[in-house]
Amino acid sequence: MKEEQQRAIITVVGRDKVGIIAGVTSALSEQNVNILDISQTIMQDFFTMIMVVDLTRAAVSLQELQGILARKGEEIGVQINAQHEDIFKFMHRI
Amino acid sequence: MPFSLTPGEIYETIRMIQSENLDIRTITMGISLRDCASSSVARTATKIYDKICQKAKRLVSVGEEISREYGIPIINKRISVTPIAVVGEACDGRDYLPLALAMEKAAEQVGVNFIGGFSALVHKGFTRGDENLLNSIAASIAATERVCSSVNVATTKTGINMDAVYRMGHIIKETAELTKERGAVGCAKLVVFCNAVEDNPFMAGAFHGLGEPEATINIGISGPGVVLNAVKNNPQADFGTLAEIIKRTAFKITRMGELAGREAARRLQVPFGIVDLSLAPTPALGDSVADIIEAMGIERTGGPGTTAALALLNDAVKKGGAMASSYVGGLSGAFIPVSEDAGMVRAVEEGSLSLEKLEAMTCVCSVGLDMIAVPGDTTAETLAAIIADEAAIGMVNRKTTAVRIIPVPGGRVGEKVVFGGLLGSAPIMPVSRFKADSFIRRGGRIPAPITALNN
Repeated sequence: MKEEQQRAIITVVGRDKVGIIAGVTSALSEQNVNILDISQTIMQDFFTMIMVVDLTRAAVSLQELQGILARKGEEIGVQINAQHEDIFKFMHRI
Repeated sequence: MPFSLTPGEIYETIRMIQSENLDIRTITMGISLRDCASSSVARTATKIYDKICQKAKRLVSVGEEISREYGIPIINKRISVTPIAVVGEACDGRDYLPLALAMEKAAEQVGVNFIGGFSALVHKGFTRGDENLLNSIAASIAATERVCSSVNVATTKTGINMDAVYRMGHIIKETAELTKERGAVGCAKLVVFCNAVEDNPFMAGAFHGLGEPEATINIGISGPGVVLNAVKNNPQADFGTLAEIIKRTAFKITRMGELAGREAARRLQVPFGIVDLSLAPTPALGDSVADIIEAMGIERTGGPGTTAALALLNDAVKKGGAMASSYVGGLSGAFIPVSEDAGMVRAVEEGSLSLEKLEAMTCVCSVGLDMIAVPGDTTAETLAAIIADEAAIGMVNRKTTAVRIIPVPGGRVGEKVVFGGLLGSAPIMPVSRFKADSFIRRGGRIPAPITALNN
């Protein structure tokens, strides 16, 4: 049977600068978090990125990852949220 | 499986939570205390404390876990218990204060801010336990921080127990007097019901009904801010379109509750009870039911058109919400508390909203005259008459109505009483100077209406 994925949505918002994606993705790869999809735009100077990630083989739990990303966000100067995918699926898909 | 959400949808959810005050208002664990009965008040108190602590020990931590993982604020974790009049009935002692203190201690131990169920169901008359409970309400509320009390005095099936209504007038006065140093805040924790529901997650009226299981999880959602923005963004929409927009929004809000409820029930290993579809305002800016009514085009809440606007809002929220949840229950209607809704407070202060208009509004929404401060010289008889009017509306219209009224000792019309936190602050409202004393003193029961004979 196919292993069920544990997916989370990571959103990154902040003033655009060099190294945001590198900073976030390296933090994720350090914890063995697999990135499934990335969508990124610049809206009025603001960098916004949505990532879909899979935590099935991650070294940490979602809660621990939230802490790691929050610290990373402070370091780079952007706001990073990580939320369980279900909250979005429940709200927008029947 | 390909990922199917659009960035727009993801940002919509995040916007609702971060800037429109969308939250889960409460995860309320209902706990049966029926097996705590014993012949001694002290023994019953011990059993109550032990059972609540055992059942609810993980409630707060699980609530916080879910809140973090999903990124949705869960404001309150609360507990409702079997009406204490039922639990205490077998006790030889007549003072139930120790039972309230046991509830308080257990609530403090497990970390919840309110515990409901210091309650009695007396819509047709009083048992010994009911009498004892009613006599213990004022002192118990005054001696505790977290304990909430409710008394059901009427139902559509049985009519109105006017003796109970009159007694509640006195008990409210007594509670106000005993807590006058704190703005009579005790009355904010005392609700008089008609057609009380058994699975209400919202305080102060929550109790764990007699038809409920050993334990259950009920969810109260919030989201006036989200509905407000949806209405504001469509200033020209006709009523059909407006109702449709509110329905869609209510659906999305309710899904959050459904998700949190299912998860909490699963993690706590208790059955999922219901999602309550009520729109519950808070004193926070923009988190107001009155603001929604005004965004629909009423200059000030309370003005002509208010009842119609509220009826549309209430109905659309239910229609959208009902589709979003597997089990809907509780009160499920827009709340119109005065002190907890900054828009309502403004409407009262500007002279647009009166007690009488609020009464009319309760005909089309949940739940009743809620968090209303009145002058301290309002008599027990007048309070009872106000309760009777509200109970009559509930009885005839087969709906839940309630009265949570605060006669502020020494308070006069125009002054403001501050409760703080989610309870907010309330301007003291004028009450009709005409008396109903002879009516209230008749005693007995108002018979059930003909609409109750539907078998």
